[in-house]
Amino acid sequence: MTIKLYDIAHSRAGDKGNTLTLSLIPYKTEDYPLLRDQVTSEAVKQHLANIVAGDITRYELPNLPALQFVCQQALTGGVTTSLTMDTHGKSLSYALLEMSIESETD
Amino acid sequence: MKTSVRIGCGAGFSGDRLEPALVLTQQGALDYLVLECLAERTIALAQKRKRQDATLGYDPLLERRIESLLPHLLEKKVRLITNMGAANPLAAAQKIIAIAQRLSLSVTVAAVTGDDVFSLLSGSETALETGKPLTDSGLLVSANAYMGVDAILPALATDANIIITGRVADPSLFVSPLVHEFGWSLDDPDLLGQGTVIGHLLECAGQLTGGYFADPGMDVPGRKDVPDMAHLGHPFADVSADGTAVFGKVSGTGGMLTLATAKEQLLYEVMDPSCYITPDVVADFTQVRLIQTGLDQVRASGGRGQTRPNTLKVSVGYEAGFTGEGEISYAGSNALGRAKLAGAILQERLQDRFADLRVDYIGSTSVHRTNFGQYPDPYEIRLRVAGRATTAQQAALVGEEVEALYTNGPAGGGGARKYVHELVGIVSTLIDRNQLTPQLTLFQS
Repeated sequence: MTIKLYDIAHSRAGDKGNTLTLSLIPYKTEDYPLLRDQVTSEAVKQHLANIVAGDITRYELPNLPALQFVCQQALTGGVTTSLTMDTHGKSLSYALLEMSIESETD
Repeated sequence: MKTSVRIGCGAGFSGDRLEPALVLTQQGALDYLVLECLAERTIALAQKRKRQDATLGYDPLLERRIESLLPHLLEKKVRLITNMGAANPLAAAQKIIAIAQRLSLSVTVAAVTGDDVFSLLSGSETALETGKPLTDSGLLVSANAYMGVDAILPALATDANIIITGRVADPSLFVSPLVHEFGWSLDDPDLLGQGTVIGHLLECAGQLTGGYFADPGMDVPGRKDVPDMAHLGHPFADVSADGTAVFGKVSGTGGMLTLATAKEQLLYEVMDPSCYITPDVVADFTQVRLIQTGLDQVRASGGRGQTRPNTLKVSVGYEAGFTGEGEISYAGSNALGRAKLAGAILQERLQDRFADLRVDYIGSTSVHRTNFGQYPDPYEIRLRVAGRATTAQQAALVGEEVEALYTNGPAGGGGARKYVHELVGIVSTLIDRNQLTPQLTLFQS
């Protein structure tokens, strides 16, 4: 069954210059392996192809559990000079949550 | 020595709400109140205000905040630590003294300075973001180093009721009273790392207690609903001498404090979670344990760290020209089609005059730059065009052309608005921390 990340996880976006950070936190701890296995940095890079120009690094935090994505060149120059509406990229947490994955349960 | 210290955070950015800090002060049984009001760009804008008027350059809301808080801070014996000094902590301190005198209150204010390193830079230093000299970005207007706990401790050793700083690292505002009260060693990176976790969780105030979290009416009822958001309370932490912290909020206030809200805030703006660099420590968040210990109560432990860096980050402001913006709405049948026609017309009319021009469709793709191809066309749409220019006059052309769509564009455009903003850009560089001399100045009413 195809589900959206929105169905099983929440996220908050942050900014540092032109770098975007995105957390991905499962509502239920048992869904963490699903996220860890499918929401790889490559998959996120593909999903956010129109948004993130640079590399994406993923950090695993199994004790929370959560994943953290650090996206380079993601804010069209950064908060202070970007011409975009959302210069901080604060709304982009919900762009990540649009991503689809395959759930094992049907 | 106290066995436990309670620190509240009543503001997480310069425009934050005033009431939660008042509630914390009156009802929170706090030892310390921290107001974190200084974003990267805020201080550059403040430097520009100071240049125009030497008595300004501090937080624009300082007067309102202090007027409402000061009597309660003194009555409840709560010490205030804040970076509302922005570009001018000395003028801010004098302003607080003037307010205290007007209210017939006796107060001691400690101003912490030394973060302004503009005169120490030549401009040839490398910008971390571009790899090029700072001056390549534009005319430099400000340079402020992120100071740490060591800059604030001398102020805490006085009997000052209020400690007002310029640029210090946000977590250091919270770590410094812990070091002061518990006598933590500045050479103990694990304690400073745990203190930094506490500061990081608190520094955005309401973002720990359900602010910026709510998403109502989801399929699973109540999953991301937050109660009584209109009266959102800001958080405090009860910290023990070993660094263990229990976070809470004043009972009766709105919002909520759960593992989910705490996790979102723990990772907020964090790059490498094992390597969170502040002037005090290189903190490691990867072993942090969060436990829900009661209603709206979460315990955090396990922050660690490694020895502080020898350099300090410097936030450098530069003049980046002007942005011109214009907006106009279309609604009803083929709204997106007419908006896109308007966008194409403006593109053609403006592209020769603007190297950097952006056309967005609000209601469709303006904030994510895509809708992932999954959503139907909306009933109404707002066209927004933005361009960068070197002068305000040139920037204004964008809005003028948008407005002119009334009689020179597609059918049914309405509600045109135009704006011009001055831009201050920010880049960073590093400075040897020994070049800095933190200073303390006391004022009394």
